Amino acid sequence: MSFVFNEVHEKQFQALLPRYPHLKALVLPCLWMVQYQEGYISADAMAYIAHRLDVPQAHLYGVATFYTMFNLEPIAKYHIQVCKTLSCELCGKSAIIEAIEDELGIKVNESTELFKLTEVECLGACGGAPMLAMNEEYHEHLSPEKTRALLQRLSQ
Amino acid sequence: MITRIVSKNFDIKNSHTLKVAKENGAYKSIDEAFTQPPYRVETEIENSGLRGKGGGGAPAGAKWCLVSSDESRSYLVVNADESEPGTFKDRQILEFDPHLLIEGIILTCYAIGAHEAYIYIRGEYKFFTDRLNEAIAEAYKDGILGEKVKGFDYQLDITVHRGAGAYICGEKSALIESLEGNRGHPRLKPQKPSPEYYFGKPTLVNNVETIATVPFIINNGADAYRAHGTPKSPGTLLFGMSGHINNPGIYEMAFGQSMQEFIDTIGGGVKNGKKLKAVIPGGASTPVLTAEEVKEARLDYESMRDIGSALGTGGMIIMDEDTCMVSALKNLLSFYHHESCGQCTPCREGTAWVDGIIANILNKNAKKDDLELLSDISKTMNGKTICVFAPAVAMVIDGFILRFREEFETYIEKSLGEAHV
Repeated sequence: MSFVFNEVHEKQFQALLPRYPHLKALVLPCLWMVQYQEGYISADAMAYIAHRLDVPQAHLYGVATFYTMFNLEPIAKYHIQVCKTLSCELCGKSAIIEAIEDELGIKVNESTELFKLTEVECLGACGGAPMLAMNEEYHEHLSPEKTRALLQRLSQ
Repeated sequence: MITRIVSKNFDIKNSHTLKVAKENGAYKSIDEAFTQPPYRVETEIENSGLRGKGGGGAPAGAKWCLVSSDESRSYLVVNADESEPGTFKDRQILEFDPHLLIEGIILTCYAIGAHEAYIYIRGEYKFFTDRLNEAIAEAYKDGILGEKVKGFDYQLDITVHRGAGAYICGEKSALIESLEGNRGHPRLKPQKPSPEYYFGKPTLVNNVETIATVPFIINNGADAYRAHGTPKSPGTLLFGMSGHINNPGIYEMAFGQSMQEFIDTIGGGVKNGKKLKAVIPGGASTPVLTAEEVKEARLDYESMRDIGSALGTGGMIIMDEDTCMVSALKNLLSFYHHESCGQCTPCREGTAWVDGIIANILNKNAKKDDLELLSDISKTMNGKTICVFAPAVAMVIDGFILRFREEFETYIEKSLGEAHV
């Protein structure tokens, strides 16, 4: 095992310990910390967490694969997640996807060096449709022009 | 039409900070409530007729009672896993008035005898999670949370727990599983009313908006809350509008008002001056309504049930005359296919089948009996699974086919016609 929590996450881990009645409850918080530290969740890190929380590695793998926000492989710096559920589709999601595909020269589920483009289910921002999440930041009330401008700004 | 109870501070500048929240009366209710025995808080909530605002509309008081009557250690879990398509109301509370939620949590914990509360928030809501954490940190610093709540001999800790992208975790028992560090698989429900159990201890799970309504009721009394809405659906709800509407957003209104009027006045009517075709009234999982039905629809639990739909979360998706209902249903079925947790076979397989069949219809590759097949699968999915996910999908399918059958038939005829050529 080469993965260990860095100082910040070790501190966070210690602060969370007394908040839960059982070690296993820390599975999700720990997986988040791993992803923040490494950008994705490696098998090595999973083994480390399993050890810290005294749960089988298989359990951790099962949990990590259940939740869509955990990346089990390294991912581009910017993850573009375009909401594809009904309100966004009604309000012009397709035009946003087209603009991104055209601007970056990739299709959905493909990556450039800097960006990865995926379509995701409802992000709970239906009033701001169409919208996307750039990593963890919401961008709402989009138009194709606004979307292109955002990509150009991040590319610089 | 607007009544501001939960949303009263939303427009105030910096309403999310403790200073501004206090200027507007935050945490006042605690002083009075904590000098009375806990059951008084619970009685007040029961008398107010407050109903769960996460979509189900079950009486909150009865649910509290299940936990408070148990003597052992108990927990409060606030459900902020808002993921129902068309619903985006809880985030407004988290963004603009997190202290109202914290105040509600303190009152609720006191009533049910809990000393630990968790807020389970969907992973994508990073901004709102940060907002909430800042507010909680402020409350700790000010002595509102921690060893002694506002100086009273009552210890209370609130922990924010982030989900990681799973719609099913909004189902309360799946949420508890997730909070225990497992995959979000719903649990079997007991025959008689019973609380949830977090690591074996009785646990109350309530929606953000439900808890945020508690301070108003404690401050003003049950009758003040009952003064709004209908006798069976008292009070208010944060109604939402999205889709083809001029003023999408969240608006707090008393129950029982006209849906048509809401769309025409506050909503500003259908976008681009088009005609209304259909409305999904309360999140994707409620049966769709035609424009004709919308004219008669009133926004309370009973009226919506009587016209064959449900109020759900009150998050309406508005669709104009040009909307293709086959595409709309395909969009929703893809959603359910993706989000089924995979635990029960009728749901795991059923959502995949119906998604495939509707794709065939849309791609003009349908077979003659596809509508019957859809209805048949929907029957197989309904009532045969652990949670209400599959029955909701069945209701969605039945709602679309019942009300827009012709449109589906036209598509199927087209596929058959082309197949003969």
